[in-house]
Amino acid sequence: MAGILCVIEQRDGVVRRASLQALSQAARLSAPAGAPVVALLVGHGVSELAAELGAFGAARVLVADEPRFARYSPEAFAVAAQAAVAEVQPRAVLMSATTLGRDLAGRLAARLGVGCLADVVKVWLDGDAVVAVRPVYSGKALATVDGGASSPVVVTLRPNVFAAEPMAAAGAVETLAVPEVPIRAVVRDVVARESGELDVAEADLIVSGGRGMKAPENLALVRELAHALGAAVGASRAVVDAGWIDHAHQVGQTGKVVSPTLYVACGISGAIQHLAGMSSSKIIVAINKDREAPIFKAADYGIVGDALQVLPALTAEVRRLKAEG
Amino acid sequence: MKSCVLLACVPDTASIIKVGAAGNRIDEAGIKWIMSPYDEFALEEAVRIKEAGSGHVTVLSYGPDRVQATLRDGLARGADAAVHVRGGEATFGDALAIARVLAAAVRALGGFDLVWAGIKGVGSDNSLVGAMVAELLDLPHISGVLKVELGDGKVVAQREVEGATEIIEAPLPCLLTAQKGLNEPRYPSLKGIMASKKAAIRTFSVADLGLDEAALAGAGCRWRALELPPARSGGTILDGEADPAAAARELARLLREQAKVI
Repeated sequence: MAGILCVIEQRDGVVRRASLQALSQAARLSAPAGAPVVALLVGHGVSELAAELGAFGAARVLVADEPRFARYSPEAFAVAAQAAVAEVQPRAVLMSATTLGRDLAGRLAARLGVGCLADVVKVWLDGDAVVAVRPVYSGKALATVDGGASSPVVVTLRPNVFAAEPMAAAGAVETLAVPEVPIRAVVRDVVARESGELDVAEADLIVSGGRGMKAPENLALVRELAHALGAAVGASRAVVDAGWIDHAHQVGQTGKVVSPTLYVACGISGAIQHLAGMSSSKIIVAINKDREAPIFKAADYGIVGDALQVLPALTAEVRRLKAEG
Repeated sequence: MKSCVLLACVPDTASIIKVGAAGNRIDEAGIKWIMSPYDEFALEEAVRIKEAGSGHVTVLSYGPDRVQATLRDGLARGADAAVHVRGGEATFGDALAIARVLAAAVRALGGFDLVWAGIKGVGSDNSLVGAMVAELLDLPHISGVLKVELGDGKVVAQREVEGATEIIEAPLPCLLTAQKGLNEPRYPSLKGIMASKKAAIRTFSVADLGLDEAALAGAGCRWRALELPPARSGGTILDGEADPAAAARELARLLREQAKVI
């Protein structure tokens, strides 16, 4: 029974949570058939991370630990993944749909001459087929797709949709030999942005601000609630285009499409493009002055009121509840 | 500097999406088709590079006849030539098949220093075609660029990753995909629109490129079914106009005790 290969991403010596989610999903897919899950870890100085992957279902861990892999390169990582595919002969290659995963998946799939099911929110095996559900039209519809004649099928999994759960497996660590290839696109430098700030694409909790916040300085109220919750800060297109906040924070059709556990929309009316980008969130909270705003139709909880007045009180109450434990 | 910009023709982002009769595609009735928003950034940057020095910008699109309007939009926004590869019905939604056709067209046209695409086509939302075309053409690629500088035979670009900015250098020719924030795309001028209406569009069939579209179809991805997400309704909406603080306390209580997210 052909197994599943899972590409693991690490940053600064830490395995990303999104990768453990993908690895856990690989283990859940494999379990009924008893097929092996093989993890692939590419980087430099990452060998010691391999040991922890057995605890999340990896029967084998292939490690490519070399200086040339110190920084991500789509060309080099695609060759490493191709070497792992040749070794494992999997029926599917899973990875998280992070910035790296989305980039690598296309390069790898084309290199292997196979298809890719991108940014899926469900995936299962149906006979010989790998089938998945993926949001399309930025979440306005859900497509059920399969990998056609491809073998293996490359699949990227939307972060925070699949649970990471410990599952004991052998986790046998092996070194993977990767052919030398020229790396043409070379990372010269990595500059950390606003330190400690969570990225909306990966965050489990998001607090977003829109035009109803009235002025750029009032986004501080959004940040304070986000900080109290341990959430990332999001924004509507209107305030990004107005220059109140960097576009990296934009949620919606021309921003990031997100599926957090909690999404709090503050002063966001809910344009169709914004709703498309966040309506798959588990719990949606809306705070808006306009009772008729479309955001309330998507909301599980809401307050009709001025976000500028509601937010300080909500932040204070969240702090109090969290302090209670 | 010769650039080729890959354009996707997609439903307007304001469109209400309905499932079509076939059950695995959208209902196209009443849909307004536009250039994918990320492709606008790619095209704008290619045109700015041309205007800053010299060069030539070709826009290329693969799809049914409606993509000709997208190509004319590209010409109106500053492209010099437009190429249409007819087809796309059989390969709908399959990034690998689409990338194979586009790569063959880029190869047939030849001689580009830069190949551009948007980071994602708003619609199928795959974010795959750019990197796939690069791999098929054996070009380096940089995805999601926010800033681009051209040097002697090379490009230096900035891209965003979670929590950081990467500065990446690659030799030309290279493929770049554009992210929002790269530039502020111009609106087409009236003169440009008028000229684009009369411009000739070179057309190819997939067979002209030496490929068999029927054989490409379904190789990488097939859409089995399309459905709308379940409608959400029945939320608990509190009145916070009279006493915002009381509403905030009640909301926090509900989020903790009922939703269990705090």
